[in-house]
Amino acid sequence: MNKNLNMPLDYIDRGIIKATQAGLGLSLRPYDTVAMEVGVDTGEVIRRMKRMRDAGVIRRLGVVPNHYALGYKANGMTVWDVPDDKIADLGARIGALDFVSHCYHRPRHLPDWPYNLFCMVHGHDRDEAERHAGEIAVILGADNRGHKTLFSTRILKKSGLRLVA
Amino acid sequence: MTPVDLDDMDRAIINGLQGGFPLCEDPFVKAGAALGLSGEELLSRISGLLDRGALSRFGPLYNAEMMGGGLTLAALKAPDDRFDEIADQVNSFAEVAHNYARDDDYNMWFVIATETPGRIDQVIGEIEALTGLTVTNMPKIEEFFIGLRFEV
Repeated sequence: MNKNLNMPLDYIDRGIIKATQAGLGLSLRPYDTVAMEVGVDTGEVIRRMKRMRDAGVIRRLGVVPNHYALGYKANGMTVWDVPDDKIADLGARIGALDFVSHCYHRPRHLPDWPYNLFCMVHGHDRDEAERHAGEIAVILGADNRGHKTLFSTRILKKSGLRLVA
Repeated sequence: MTPVDLDDMDRAIINGLQGGFPLCEDPFVKAGAALGLSGEELLSRISGLLDRGALSRFGPLYNAEMMGGGLTLAALKAPDDRFDEIADQVNSFAEVAHNYARDDDYNMWFVIATETPGRIDQVIGEIEALTGLTVTNMPKIEEFFIGLRFEV
């Protein structure tokens, strides 16, 4: 998953990204709108978006649920200290859990930050999110050498990633 | 805030269309057929879910790093009496995309996205200069595959 393939993107690809980074237009033929904006035909937009999808430049295409609006108000960043030589296997198992929305290996910052595995969990409330953290702890078993859950208390800023100016 | 009310079809759309929206000339018709909806009905459902806030967006989710940009997660420890001031200073950077307050000594966590990877360290240096605080950089080393679906 973490291959930096760096698929070369030309100005037409970048035009497509610019036209769609905030979302697809809500019309029955949304790629027509993109094609018009970029100045190519619809088939070309579809071909190029398929190529970007297959290369992983487009991670996924569809609806993005708003966890908070759907009642999942507790957003917990669970962080774990696990052995480096096991993190690839453990991360893959934790990432497959359906309540985990992001799962990353990140660097430790010793002495005050020993955690190297970050897993975002969502729950209707903190208790539910903590139960999910408990399920992760069970899977990690003895490889869990320490962990905590950092709940978000406030969104200070949330702007979409603007990828192409 | 009261959670948005969803009926069974809304749930089917949210659970079934988090990925795999078709790349063809009539994508709503094709995706709607799998749900027993016409293209118009599916389009109207998705518009409604966006309007009601149940969806934060609809469309492609791009992988920023594969486009040659820089992306990282960073954290700092803001003193309580300066928290709001620090938040304003951090948020003043256009490169700061998301910023969350969290209940920890590291009480401010933000995502920095830049046009070039080299710009990440510059932005971190500029945030440190402006706030007078140390910014801890926690770039991803590896991302683990996550299931496509967030089930509602």
